[in-house]
Formats: sequence, C-alpha cells, structure tokens
Amino acid sequence: MTQVAAVAGPYAHEANHVGRIMGHVMLALMPATLFGLYLFGWPALLLFLVTTLTAVIAEAICLKIAGKPVRLTLMDGSALLTGWLLAMTLPPWAPWWIGVVGSLLAIVVAKQVFGGIGQNLFNPAMVARVALLVSFPVPMTAFLSPTPLFSADAPNFLEALAITFGEAPTIDAVSSASVLGHLRTALTGGESVSQALDGFYNPLAMLWGNAPGSLGETSALLILLGGAWLLYKRIITWHIPVSMLASLFVIATVMHLVDGEHYADGLYHVLSGAALLGAFFIATDLVTSPVTPRGQLLFGAGCGLLVYVIRTWTSYPEGVAFAVMLMNACTPLIDHYLKPRIYGRDRRGEPLTYPDQAEKE
Amino acid sequence: MKLFRIRGGVHPDDRKTLSASQPIVTLPMPELLHIPVQQHIGAAAQPAVRRGQIVRKGDLLARNQGAISAPVHAPTSGRIMGIGNFPANHPSGLSVRTITLKPDGEDRWTDKLTPCDDPFALEPAEVAQRVADAGIVGMGGATFPSAVKLNLRDRYRLHTLVINGAECEPYLTCDDRLMQENAAEVIDGIRIMAHALGVSRTLIGIENNKPDAQRLMREAAQAFDGVEVVGLPTRYPMGSEKHLVQTLTGRETPARALTADIGIVVHNVATAYAVHEALRLGYPLVERTVTVSGGAVKNPANLRVLIGTPVSSLLDYCGGTVEEPARMISGGPMMGQPLPSTRVPIVKGSNGVLALTGKETASRPEGACIRCASCVNACPCGLLPLEMAARAKVGDLDGTVKIGLMDCVACGSCSYVCPSNIPLVQYFNYAKGELAARQRSKHKQLETKRLAEQRTARMEEQKRKKREQMEKRKREAAEAKRKKAAAAAQTEANA
Repeated sequence: MTQVAAVAGPYAHEANHVGRIMGHVMLALMPATLFGLYLFGWPALLLFLVTTLTAVIAEAICLKIAGKPVRLTLMDGSALLTGWLLAMTLPPWAPWWIGVVGSLLAIVVAKQVFGGIGQNLFNPAMVARVALLVSFPVPMTAFLSPTPLFSADAPNFLEALAITFGEAPTIDAVSSASVLGHLRTALTGGESVSQALDGFYNPLAMLWGNAPGSLGETSALLILLGGAWLLYKRIITWHIPVSMLASLFVIATVMHLVDGEHYADGLYHVLSGAALLGAFFIATDLVTSPVTPRGQLLFGAGCGLLVYVIRTWTSYPEGVAFAVMLMNACTPLIDHYLKPRIYGRDRRGEPLTYPDQAEKE
Repeated sequence: MKLFRIRGGVHPDDRKTLSASQPIVTLPMPELLHIPVQQHIGAAAQPAVRRGQIVRKGDLLARNQGAISAPVHAPTSGRIMGIGNFPANHPSGLSVRTITLKPDGEDRWTDKLTPCDDPFALEPAEVAQRVADAGIVGMGGATFPSAVKLNLRDRYRLHTLVINGAECEPYLTCDDRLMQENAAEVIDGIRIMAHALGVSRTLIGIENNKPDAQRLMREAAQAFDGVEVVGLPTRYPMGSEKHLVQTLTGRETPARALTADIGIVVHNVATAYAVHEALRLGYPLVERTVTVSGGAVKNPANLRVLIGTPVSSLLDYCGGTVEEPARMISGGPMMGQPLPSTRVPIVKGSNGVLALTGKETASRPEGACIRCASCVNACPCGLLPLEMAARAKVGDLDGTVKIGLMDCVACGSCSYVCPSNIPLVQYFNYAKGELAARQRSKHKQLETKRLAEQRTARMEEQKRKKREQMEKRKREAAEAKRKKAAAAAQTEANA
C-alpha cells in the first residue's frame, strides 16, 4: 500500500528548468564570447574570468547571509550568466577592478538587494554597466583595435597580467574609439555622417566583428547565431528582438532619409555597438521584460526608440543599457495594461454575450 | 472540416503506447466490492438496502436524493455485508458512506431490467429518465449526472451535441480502446443522446494520436446523417469542454456560462456507451473501463472493472509494480488526484490508475519565479498564472479573483511548463479553498447577525406589548375609577 501526501497535480513535468534556460543562454553566448576572447587576447580572458568569478562568489556570499540554499541556487547559473553578460559589454582591456566593482554592483545591489533571482526590476548586468559608465567614464570608453591572439601586436600572458592587474595604463598604441564613439565625436566636430564614417565603418567588417568595441558585442553574425539558437530552443520569443531592431532600424532609416548628412542609416545603427547583443540577450531577460507577447512588442519597440534617441541626441554615444533600463522600469506598467484576453471575456473583462443567449427562455 | 485555434495548451509526452495496444479485458470478480453512495457531483444517494440482504446484479442499492444526484446499483449478485464508512477514492482518504457487497460469483442480473428495442420512439424526457434511473454520470471524470444535461432542451435552444473523445490526458487509453472495440455501441449511445437533446448535429472530436479510433468510429457513424467524426490536434487540454467546443465550432462560451448557453451540450464517449447499455439492454451503470498504466506497472492494461473494485485488485491483475512508485494517481497525470491508498474502490469517474516512477513525475524542488512567461503562454484561458500565484502567496485573495482565479479550469498546463517547478495549481486551489471558507464564515456571520437582530426585535416587541398592556390596564383602571366616581356623583346627585 502506497501512502502519498495530498498535493495538487499535475504529476508530470516538462524537462525544462531554470538551469537549462540559463545553460542555453550561455551556450548561445559562446560563439561571440570565444571570438571576442580571440580578438582581444589574454587581457580579455582575464577580465572575463575576474568578472564571472566575482559574480558567482558575490552571489554565494549573499545567499549564505540571506540563509538561502547556496549550492542549489548557484547551480541555476543565473549569477554566472549575469557576470558573463556584464563582461561582454566591458571594454576588453579594462582593469580588474572594473570587473570586480561591476559584478558586485550587479549581484549585490541590482539583484540580491531586490530579493534574488526573479525579484529584480532592472537587468543586473545593465545596472552595473550604467553605474560603471557614469562613475568611471575613462576606463569604460577605452576601446582598442583588435589584436587577435598570437598576432604580432597581441600582448603575451605576462603583459596581459600587467594590463589587467597592473598599475600601468592601457597601451596607447592600440587604443581607438568604437564606431559609435567616433561618429559622435566627428558629428560634434561638424563633420557629416559620410565624411565621418568613410574608411572607418564597413558593414561587412561589422557583420564579422573585426572592429573596436566591447568584448562580446562586435560580431553581428555570431550574436545572431546565438540569438537564432535561443529562438530555436524557445528560450526567447521573437517579439522583443524583432520589435527592438525593427523600431531602431525604421527610425534611423526615416531620419537618414530626412537628413543623411546628420543621421546615420538604419543598418549602421543595427550593426554597431550593443544593438544586437541587447536585442537578443539583454532586453529579452526574462525577469525584467513583460510577460505577454503584446507587452513584449511594446517593450522592444520602446527599447529601439530609446536607443536611437540616446545615441543621437544625448552626450552618450551608446544607449542600449540606458534604454533597456528605462524600459525595465515600464515593465510593471506594461504588464498591468496589456494583459491577455481571458477566455469567455472581452478585453475589458466582461463576460461575452451571444445572440443565442438572449433567446434563452 | 475547418477547425478553430485555441490559445495556449501544452504538448505533454503522452506515453499512451504503454497501454494503447492492450484490448479491454474484464477483470476477474474481486472478493469484496465497496460501493460509495456518493460517486457523482450533487447530493449523495440514500441507501435502499439492509445488511444481510441478498441482491442481484443491477438491483438498486441507493436512491438518488434531489435534482442533481444519481442512484447506485449492485455491480453483481451477492450479499450486503454492511453499510458503513470506508476510505474514499479521494486524496483526503477520508471515509465516506459505503455499501459493502460480497459477490456470490454467479453474477445474476436482476429481473427488473427494462430493455428497449427502439429508443428513438421514446419521448426525449423518457430517454432522460431512463438515463437517470441507470445512475449514469459523466464518465470523463467530472461525474455530473448525465440526465440533467440531457434535459437541458427545456431551458436552452440547443443545436449541437459535441462528443468528447479527445482523451488528452497522457497515459489514458480506455476511451481509445472503447471507441475501437465498441464503436457501433458508442455511436448508438451518441445517437440516443442526440435524440434526447433534440439536436440535428453531432460532432465527435478525437485527437489525431488515435487514428484507429477515428477510423472505426467514422465507419460506424457513416450510416447516420448529422453525425461527424472530427480529428483534433493533439494538444492538452483539448478535452476541456469549452476548449473542445471552440475548436470544433469556433464558438467561445462566455465566462460564468454553460456551453448550453451557446446551444451546445458536451458528453464523453464512455458516457455514450453507458447510455447505449441503459437504453438498449436496460443495464444500469455498474462497470466501466479503466486504464492501468505508468512506468512502475508491470503489465499496463485496459480493464473492464465493476464499480467498487479495490484499486489493489487492478494492480494485482497487472502483475503489480516493478518498483516502488513515486506517485499513485487516480485519473491522468495532469488533472488526476493522488490515491490515498490502493484499498480505495474504483468509482464511476475513475478512468485511470497510474503508478508513476520518480523519473516520470520529474518533480524538483520549488524555485523562485523568473517571470519567464511560460505559464502565460501555456494558459488556455488567457490568465496570468504567475500573477495569480504571487497574489495568492501573500494572501491577496481578492486580487487573485480580480485577475481571473474563477476563470481558471485547473488544467495544470502552467504547472507543467514552469521551469521553477512552482506548484501553481496548488496555489489556486488554496485560494479557492480560502475563498470558500471565507464565504462560509461570512454567511455564518450574516446569519448570526440576522438572528441577533431578530432577537432584539422580538424583545422590543415584547416590551412594547407589555408597555401597551400596562397602559391599557392603567387606562382601564382610570376609566373604571372615573366611572365609579361618576356613578358615585350620580348617586350623590340623585340622593
């Protein structure tokens, strides 16, 4: 005779679980990450390790203090993923303390203070990135031309240790502005878009990613590959990436058609900076984005619009992190107003009526 | 035929191959039968036999009480051993009034059967009455007395009968086998029900994972006009009444209404088979088909079982369990309920007995909600399960109701897909239970208040009457005095 506790069903479950979701996101990030590490060499790898390790250790300590199961929660991989995403958005040769401070901000301030996984209003990696950008603008905008591993310009492992952990400032010889930063400066200096981008921007190079930029956002192709994986595995739906990229592309195209001298074209906006990484990996963060398809469309469109506005009319050359955070703040509102229609009710929540019903005696 | 899409739903691994190829076998007579008097939604039946009484198969054991109720009949011939309390086939394991019958092994039918050669010549109300007398209830598991639904023509303009042959729960194959092996009888029962309802159109929905049942039912239905077998996409919860109706007809049942409000009545295929037996042969509902399955069962099977047979008899017949099951379930894994023990009997609504291994239940500890929206996408009712659970968790019951708790059909799709293994349905059940308790306590309070008010009013009335009486007496005394004085004065004057 078998005795069981009286609990509600169902007594079957899909194979899906949180750890699997996080695992697939990391898998999807892998191509762009490996390429970034190759492109920017040993210092990038060291920064990546520092950032992810700090995130995991910080999470463990917080869980311990909060009296939550440490191992079980760490195993879901969310802290590792936060550190990973943050590393992807940092300048590849940033010093170690950028990674440490960033991860602590992300895990402690943006996630655990809110109550841990699922409770945070803002994307932790983006909170950290924005805080770092505002607090330490110089190291956060020190980009460099790619110096692939084993190429002549690439620093060896010891030099990398000095770059990441040493006092020495980054090597001037390879420093460069990102495409977005360059255009920003050039436009401020009175140049036209075509003058500024001539010889500096090449859509094909952007697609492959052989360009100055953050550690993991330079290769459009590899990020798209990861995004396709997430869609295929149904970790994310198409709504946010498509609406975000479409709104960015459409606004940029319209502005470019209106005044091509001052406004770069749609393709440029989609391919440069963190637009693609943001659309597939950051704006789609499950915790901080709306839960309904319609809400997600609105959310994505808002992100795209804000990215364009920030890039074009503020003093920051890039705006993905700000845009996503601003839209994160709108998520509860979007979820409140864009609910699905309940079966048997109209959009206002009133029961449906039918002509037959009136005929009922 | 054109089908209509419904939102949400999930694709659980159906695991029907375990038992799908097993023909229905009649289970040998058990030593004792335990027949609860309540096997349906509504009022419990009243026992109509005494201890020691000899009964024949089909004799009335307990009489229905009230409009929504169903009688209970003897599943075989034998002696009534007692009427007492016995653990119910319900997760609580609480005892219910149960009639225990010791079979004599002869399985002799009662002489009170009233077979009918031509049910279509009967008045619809007469058909419904015979269905009621046979104790037939919805055999898909809901156990609503079927005759009540057959009488809906009096109050609604009905045009379509929908037959639920979806069998969308994983593991269960008893309806599938019944449709394959008794297609003609099932179709006959369906036609009798259509006659009782006075509808001209009948749609039989069968999921596409049962091609043989579809084919055989289609062949059996061919000869009759207005009876159509329709293949349904395999998606849980296709068997949910309102969703089935929408898939087949495109019509959405309004909230808080019945499908009858849009002119449609839904019955299950097993119910149709019972109706055939009741009308053609006069048999009351004393047996049903049950699927015994699950990874822990040695030989999964589809069994024809007498009502009242202990679950343990079914398991024994199937060779017992090959490993200690992680979970024993009555019904399917999505909406079924845990079996309190294997002592409990099979009842009219039992369509499955499952012994699941830990691997099959895939249960993990509950984690935090990551707002992944899986539940929102899976919900066939357009609800926000994560929101409802969050509100129920903090005791905000009104908030839970406001966002649709009462529109939830408890299909469990949300819990099934939740990557954090949050037992969402459990939170909804809790909220519904709390609300019912609150309603009861509110009712009690109102009742107490009403009684107190009545008492006060009564006291005041008494006081008022007393005062009036006193005043009246005073007045009378004064009057008498006055009269007396007047008389005295008169006398004096006269004197």
